[in-house]
Amino acid sequence: MQGSANAIEISCVGKWFGDYQALKDITLTVPFGERLVICGPSGSGKSTLVRCIDRLEAHDTGRIVVDGIELTNDAASIAQVRSEIGMVFQQFNLFPHLTVLENLTLGPIKARGLSRPEAEARAMHYLERVHIPEQADKKPGQLSGGQQQRVAIARCLCLEPKLMLFDEPTSALDPEMIAEVLDVILDLAVEGMTMVVVTHEMGFARKAADRMVFMDKGEILESAPPEEFFTAPKTARCRKFLNQILQH
Amino acid sequence: MRLKTLILLSLTLFIAGCGQLNVWGWYVIDPRTPAGWINIKFLLGGFGSTILLSLIAVSLSMVLGLIVALPGMSSRRWLRIPSRVYIELVRAVPLLPMLFWVFYGLPVVLKSMGINISIDPFWGAIIALAVSDSAFTAEIYRAGIQSIPKGQVEAGQTIGLTYAQNMRYVILPQAIRRILPPLANQFIYIVKMSAFASVIGMQELTRRANELVVTEYRPLEIYTLLIVEYLLLVLIISAFVRWLERRMGADERG
Repeated sequence: MQGSANAIEISCVGKWFGDYQALKDITLTVPFGERLVICGPSGSGKSTLVRCIDRLEAHDTGRIVVDGIELTNDAASIAQVRSEIGMVFQQFNLFPHLTVLENLTLGPIKARGLSRPEAEARAMHYLERVHIPEQADKKPGQLSGGQQQRVAIARCLCLEPKLMLFDEPTSALDPEMIAEVLDVILDLAVEGMTMVVVTHEMGFARKAADRMVFMDKGEILESAPPEEFFTAPKTARCRKFLNQILQH
Repeated sequence: MRLKTLILLSLTLFIAGCGQLNVWGWYVIDPRTPAGWINIKFLLGGFGSTILLSLIAVSLSMVLGLIVALPGMSSRRWLRIPSRVYIELVRAVPLLPMLFWVFYGLPVVLKSMGINISIDPFWGAIIALAVSDSAFTAEIYRAGIQSIPKGQVEAGQTIGLTYAQNMRYVILPQAIRRILPPLANQFIYIVKMSAFASVIGMQELTRRANELVVTEYRPLEIYTLLIVEYLLLVLIISAFVRWLERRMGADERG
């Protein structure tokens, strides 16, 4: 089942919250190596879509296949899919009662069976990658928002995922901290990490994205390379959205 | 400080009663007379049982409460419903009938199932107290666990932890500081409710007081001492709870 050419294959996916339809007939394929940026107004379903890929939400109709494994209620396949995905949340979701180092080693030790020295060596390696090795023994509460989000990214990297999902990674940050987080994500993009990024940071999108997707009201309205997307959006809804966020 | 004030207050009451009012007959528990000393030793001898009974009951209740609480938070209805029913039922039964049922009824049920064990007052009281209290501890666990943001559970899931690992390493360590103080309060409740064990013949503080009242016929003095005994026990535990809350609070800021 391994070694599929596509990281993510989503076909005809629908998702309801009660009577509210959050996703309508979504079809999207992400090949390995692609950097996909999803944007759209709030409530457009972009977070829900990303959360469905990691099975934090269960889709109601259609199929989601991650690296050849279809997501169903089967716990084993969910565990396998999650082991290939690194998920970065808007609110960081670091474990406040553990140190930075313990945050990074918990998954490798408990879920992957690494020894403590192995896990710690790996954790320090990735902390250096996100430029904060000196914070290893602090608690998350002692770090700035930008540092916390970089720790969260390092926590994912410690599990050596094949693809990464970013759910508005900079939306909870003070403006002066956005750049340090985007730089880290950009580094990963340059190295060829497959990623799906939900963000409103269009400057970042221009630099990092191979492809832009615009969502509104649970549907994908546009899907195009960045040059085309920013210069010639096809739908009026997307043009309006871009005007609004690019004005500032 | 408050503890000392209250002990002083009760002592003053004793002494005042001894001297001025002829309704008090403290001779019955006067440690200076041989008979009074024997009586005091008999009454204080109940402390051991009351404390042991309460400690075992509260420990069992903590384990039972967690076993009831966890399925109660499941997303699956068939797991949630038994937990809910247990809590609602157990909470509705008064302790005294529960005690009678466990002590007199349960052995009959067990015998009909071919299990031949008699339940002595000690274990009868422990089972009744633990079961009765477990409904409340289950609710305390639920409140504590649900106070942890959902993102913590999700983060645990995404790094590959199983449900048990997520509970053990992520959720419970964070919930425990919100759970421990109310759990310690439940301990006070159990200590007080353990007095009911006297009705099935358990030799604890209340039972001993009752027995001495029957032979000495000095209920005022003996029950006053009984109340002071419980007061002492509960004040010590609540001092411990306050210490615990301070320590937990300090941890959170660190």
